[in-house]
Amino acid sequence: MTNAIEAVNVTKVYRKYARKKQFATLKSALLSGSLVSELQPDETFEALRGVSFSVPKGCTYGVIGRNGSGKSTLLKCVAGITRPTTGSVVVDGRISALIELGAGFHPEISGRENVFINGIMLGLSKKEIQRRFDEIVEFAELKDFIDAPVKTYSSGMYMRLGFAVAIHVDPDVLLVDEVLAVGDQGFTVKCLDKFAEFRRRNKTILLVTHSLDMVEKFCDQALWLDKGKTHGEGDPKLVVTAYIVDVEKAEERLLAKEEAARVAQAEAPVARDEDSPQPQNPVETEAQADMFKATEGRWGTREVEITSVTVSAADGTPGHVFHTSDPLTLHIRFRAHEPTRDFVFGMGIFNADGFCCYGTNTNIDDLEPDHLSGEGEVRFVVDRLDLVEGTYKFDVAVHKLDGYPYDYHRQLYTIRVKSRQKDVGVYRPPHRWEVTGDVTFRAPGSGFRRGDDDTTR
Amino acid sequence: MFQNLAALPKYRGLVQTLVMRDLTARYRGSVLGFFWSFFNPLLLMAVYTFVFTTIMPGSHPENIQPYGLFFFCGILPWTWFSSSLTESANVLISGGNLIKKVLFPAEVLPIVSVLANLAHFLLGLPILAALLIYYQRPLDPLELLWFPVIILVQFFFTTGLALLLAALTVHFRDIKDILANLLTLWFFSTPIIYSMQMAPENYRWVLNLNPMTHLAISYQEVLFHVGPHGHWKWLLALGAGSIVVFLAGYFVFDRLRDSFAEEV
Repeated sequence: MTNAIEAVNVTKVYRKYARKKQFATLKSALLSGSLVSELQPDETFEALRGVSFSVPKGCTYGVIGRNGSGKSTLLKCVAGITRPTTGSVVVDGRISALIELGAGFHPEISGRENVFINGIMLGLSKKEIQRRFDEIVEFAELKDFIDAPVKTYSSGMYMRLGFAVAIHVDPDVLLVDEVLAVGDQGFTVKCLDKFAEFRRRNKTILLVTHSLDMVEKFCDQALWLDKGKTHGEGDPKLVVTAYIVDVEKAEERLLAKEEAARVAQAEAPVARDEDSPQPQNPVETEAQADMFKATEGRWGTREVEITSVTVSAADGTPGHVFHTSDPLTLHIRFRAHEPTRDFVFGMGIFNADGFCCYGTNTNIDDLEPDHLSGEGEVRFVVDRLDLVEGTYKFDVAVHKLDGYPYDYHRQLYTIRVKSRQKDVGVYRPPHRWEVTGDVTFRAPGSGFRRGDDDTTR
Repeated sequence: MFQNLAALPKYRGLVQTLVMRDLTARYRGSVLGFFWSFFNPLLLMAVYTFVFTTIMPGSHPENIQPYGLFFFCGILPWTWFSSSLTESANVLISGGNLIKKVLFPAEVLPIVSVLANLAHFLLGLPILAALLIYYQRPLDPLELLWFPVIILVQFFFTTGLALLLAALTVHFRDIKDILANLLTLWFFSTPIIYSMQMAPENYRWVLNLNPMTHLAISYQEVLFHVGPHGHWKWLLALGAGSIVVFLAGYFVFDRLRDSFAEEV
C-alpha cells in the first residue's frame, strides 16, 4: 500500500519578535541600514519539532492534542499553505483543505458566482463545477438562496456552502480542521455520511479534532501531538486513552496547585492568632449564618484543628481527578490541642454553581461523640461516586454539637469528576433502559459508520 | 523563481474569474453600475478642464488644445497605473484569509488588481473615441499600431511595481500611507496636465527619468498629436526596462512568499 501523505521530520519555526512590530518604522530600518539584520527574529517559536508520520492511501488519520500543540500548523504544512522550516511533506493526489470554510467568498456577489470562484480557487475547472453545481447546492441546502448575495447569508448558510464546495472538489486527500460544528444535527450527520462515503471510495482523510469520540469511532490511526512533538501514534483507542490520562494528569497538577494556594491563603490570617497566647475573639460565628453561600475561607477556634484534607481513589493515592462511579475517600487529618467529648465531623460537596449536592456529618449519621484527643484521621468513604462530569468543591468541618466551630474549611478542596458520557444534571443513579414491544437499538458507535451500512443494503 | 513564473499561465482561469469578480463586485449595489467606469474619468476630465480653461484661462499653449482631450489621453492610463498600485499595496492584507487558509498562488492577487484596472482603462476607451470624433482629430491607423505596444509596456511596468509593493506592504504597513502621497507627487511629475514643452528646460531631465513620462508622451503622440510617433525609441527602451522591473518585482515577491502566510 502506498502512502498518501508522507511527512518526514517536519519542523516549523515561527518568528517571535520582542518588539510589537518587527520594524519600528520603514524609515528607521532604512536609515540605520538594518533592513536585513532586523529581518532576523529576536526569538523563535517551534510550533513543530521533527514530526514524522505517514498516512497510507485510504486511511482516516486523526490528529489530537491540546491547544497550541501544533495540530493546525501540521495541517497547514500538509496543505502546502506554509512550508516547513526543515523536513518535508509529500502529498500524493489532489488535496482539499476544510480549514476555513468559504475563505474566498466575496460578500457582494451571489452564492452561485461564489461557488464557481471558490471551486476554481480550490482547483476545479469551470466545467467540473458546472457538472457538480446542483449537487453542491443540494448538499448545502441553499436552493432558494443561491442567487442572493453571500453577505445576506447567515453564518450557518455561509459555512454550509463553503463545506459543500470544498467537499465536492473530490480530492484524493481531504484535510479537516475541526469544522464539523458547521450546522444543525441534520447537517452534521450529512457531513459524517460524506466522510463515510470518502472512506468507502478509499480516499485519505486527515482529521484534526478535539472530539476524541470522532477519533475513536472514525479513524484508523491517530497521532498525538504535544508541544510540537509526536507523543504517541497508532491505534486510535490506545492513543486517545493515553491522551486522556495525560490531560487528567495536567488537570490534576493544576487543581493541586490551585488548592494549595487557596489553603495557604485561608491559613494565613488565622496563623497569626494562633501565635498569640490569648486568642482574641476567635469565634467568628457570624460566618455560619450564611452557611450555604459559596465563599471560600476558613474559620474556627482551632481547639480541634484540621491539619490536612486529601481525597483519594480506591488504591489510596491522593488525587483531584476522578471518574463517575469510581470509589472515593475523603481523608480528614486532625489534631486536638485539648481532649474533648463534644465534637462532630462534617462534610459537604458543592458543584461549580455553589449548589450543595450532598452534606452530612457524624451527628446526622448517628455517630455519638465519645472521646477525641491527639492526632488522627477521619475518613468519609464513598463506594460509588455517582456524580456527573464537573468540578466539585468540598466543605470540611469539625465543630461542637451546638455548631460552635473548632475548624471550618469552606470550599477549599476541589475535585474534578470526569465521564465519557455527556449526561446532564448532578447525580447519576446507576441505571439501565428496558424496553418491551418492537423497539431495538443499534450497537453503540455504529451511527458514525452509517454510510458503510448503506452500501451493504 | 522561474519555476513559479512558468506556473503562472496555469492560473489564467483563476485570474480570469477573479478579475470578473472584481468587476462585478465593484459596482454591485450602485445605481449606475458599470457606467461608473465611463463617468469617473469623464468627471475627472471635467474638473481639470474647468480649472484650466475657466479659472485659469490661457494657461496652456495652442498646441495642446482642446485641453480636455489632451488631459484625457494622459489621465486614462494614469488612473490605471495609480489605482493598480493603490489596490496592490493592500491586496495581500485584505486577501489574508485566502493566503492563510487556502492553498493559493499569492501573486495572482496583485496581478488581478492590475488586470481589473486595465479592464476599466479599456472601458474608458469608447469615451476617448467619442471625444476624438467630436473634436474631429485625425488619427493615423499606422500610428495606432503602437497603442497596444504602449499598453503592454505599461502592463509589465505596473505589474512589476504592484508585485513589489504587495510583497513589501506585508512587512512594512507604512507603505500604504505613504503611497497616496507619492502617487500625487508622481502624477504632477508626469506630463499629464501639462505638456513636456511647458516644463522648464533645465528640469526636463528629471521628467525624463520618470518612466511614466514616456508612457504619457507616447499616448499623447499616438492619440493626440498629429504627425508621426516620434517617441518610439524611448518607448522601446522603457519596454526593456519594464521587463526588468517586472522580473525584479517578481523576484522580491517570490523571495518573501513564504512569509506571507505568517505575517498577513
